[in-house]
Amino acid sequence: MADIAVQTKGQTPSVEGATKPANALDARLSALSLPQGGFALARRDALSRLQDMGLPGSRDEYWRYTDPRPFNAPEATALPVPQEQATPLFETLDRLTLVFVDGVFDEAASDDLALEGVEITTLAKADEANWAADLYGRLEAAGQNPVRRPFATLNTAAAQDGLLIRVTGKPSKPIHVVHRRASDNADAIWHHVIRVEAGAELTLLETGMSGARSNSVIEVDLAEGAAFHHVASKRAVDSRVGIGHIFARVAAKAQFKSFTLSVNGTVMRNEAVIDIAGDDAVAHIAAAVLGDGGKAPFHQDDTVFITHGAERCESRQVFKKVLKNGAQGVFQGKILVKPGAQKTDGYQISQALLLDERSQFLAKPELEIYADDVKCSHGSTTGAIDDEALFYLRSRGVPRERAIVFLVLSFLADALAEIEDEAIRDCIYERLDVWLTLNAVQ
Amino acid sequence: MLKIDNLHVKLEEEDKQILKGLSLEIPAGQVHAIMGPNGSGKSTLSYVLSGRDGYEVTEGSATLDGQSLLDMEPEQRASAGLFLAFQYPVEIPGVGNMTFLRTAVNAQRKARGEAELSSGDFLKLVRAKAAELQISPEMLKRPVNVGFSGGEKKRNEILQMAMLEPRMCIMDETDSGLDVDAMRLVSDGVNALRSPDRSFLVITHYQRLLNHIQPDVVHIMANGRIVKSGGPELALQVEEEGYGDLLAEAG
Repeated sequence: MADIAVQTKGQTPSVEGATKPANALDARLSALSLPQGGFALARRDALSRLQDMGLPGSRDEYWRYTDPRPFNAPEATALPVPQEQATPLFETLDRLTLVFVDGVFDEAASDDLALEGVEITTLAKADEANWAADLYGRLEAAGQNPVRRPFATLNTAAAQDGLLIRVTGKPSKPIHVVHRRASDNADAIWHHVIRVEAGAELTLLETGMSGARSNSVIEVDLAEGAAFHHVASKRAVDSRVGIGHIFARVAAKAQFKSFTLSVNGTVMRNEAVIDIAGDDAVAHIAAAVLGDGGKAPFHQDDTVFITHGAERCESRQVFKKVLKNGAQGVFQGKILVKPGAQKTDGYQISQALLLDERSQFLAKPELEIYADDVKCSHGSTTGAIDDEALFYLRSRGVPRERAIVFLVLSFLADALAEIEDEAIRDCIYERLDVWLTLNAVQ
Repeated sequence: MLKIDNLHVKLEEEDKQILKGLSLEIPAGQVHAIMGPNGSGKSTLSYVLSGRDGYEVTEGSATLDGQSLLDMEPEQRASAGLFLAFQYPVEIPGVGNMTFLRTAVNAQRKARGEAELSSGDFLKLVRAKAAELQISPEMLKRPVNVGFSGGEKKRNEILQMAMLEPRMCIMDETDSGLDVDAMRLVSDGVNALRSPDRSFLVITHYQRLLNHIQPDVVHIMANGRIVKSGGPELALQVEEEGYGDLLAEAG
């Protein structure tokens, strides 16, 4: 794709907190039903941290490209539950299916919480004796520096439910979390804690949407030599809003890999905060985004912060957004290489394919490096459909609409290649192909 | 089969006339070659016939079997039986060669009201034709033209031609970038496709391709029109004497 514009902003994010009046936070908190019991200490701590930091305001540098008001509002804007719930995905795979309805675990609709090499409990049922009591909110709290992420803290304080997954072996199949909606105005807040012990492995699949508004946190703690693969497919069929955070700590020789496919929604923000803490570790994060501003405004924001704190580690960020009908895409991605993190290999690419002139991509790639023997690169491009490639395909008899689908798939290929498992990747490709054929092209 | 009459074409973005009254008729079953110096409009002709954006036809006509080509979309021209083998085939990462080819074959069949090929039938057919062109099954699986050598790209063009079975094939400098062995393979592929109801328009700079693909008629193109036509001996004359005398003679 031809590079036609690159919009970058080179300043470091502000470490200043929010400046909203305290009553905005009070109003926000009073509308929440703060759960009692289950990890009360961590929740109280989160609440007090949240009161210190406040909610983001319009002058908050970290919210420069995305309006935080939909998340600051005390109540979720009601949206009728769509007739069409998420179309089943990954049906051909052997997997453990766990269903959440508006952010709350639905035991009756789920498989038994039994998988060899994995211990699963739900947050709503957990007590202080649970192994995750020490971990819940800890990576979230650690991820507040240097940039504050108040909605993650709010989540820790107020999450209704979630999964606590401890992996000690190599389970025979992935865990698949399916989200569904049931009520028009649900403000779904869920929080998973995942601990993968030394040498153990887990694949987590996520599909569907919970709530009219959603707020999710996943904390992932990887011990030495552990591997975690995460593949999420999120499609909003309405003008819903959502924010999600992943906080990961990656120990020596461990592997963290996450891929998210996002389709539509009105304001969606995904933040990832990855701390590469041990030598020879790997962290990859990728996303494919399809945004159509035609029926409802579309604004999607990926904000990533990767810290290299050890030697010989590799990180990759691959973000691809296809935007049309005035859709807006945002990418804020940072690689921080700490002193002593020698032989770091950091890579970051963010690209947008604009299908019309009204759509917009805002990118803010950042590198901050304090070690002298590292390899880091970043790139950001915005382009249109390549006329020559389009003509080539059409000259073979491929109709224009189908040719554009091919070129969109071609554009997304590098992000999809980050999905390691071929069967999972095929499922995502199939789904994309259907969505693109139905929706992406006019 | 292909009839071009007094075709005038200019670039859309600048007021530059490229074709200035080009006329040409290729009967069914014949191979015609067009030779000409750089900038004479050879590639423009191939693009205008196949429907690439960026050109404006200001006068004249081009028909395939009596149907006007110039009003059709590129994919309609393809379904009507026109094929352009590109001088520089385009790389399309992330799209499998086989997926692309099957989509193209079936889109054309559908457009013509024919039944689509099943996966099994398509696979059998493409494997057989690929083998003739020494295209490995591994190459079929790779993304379209990505990582292909110059010769592989051109063989891939001929494979597409063999699968799509067009009536009118335009080959735009197919010999460029080919070594002797690759040229032999490509030419054999083309010759295997020659038939009484299929025609070829071979655009080339050099006579040597015409040793392999014997033309019925050779046209010399200069300054946007055909200035001289003749038998295969015309190509030999160009090879020996260059364009200078021919162009002077044509005025």
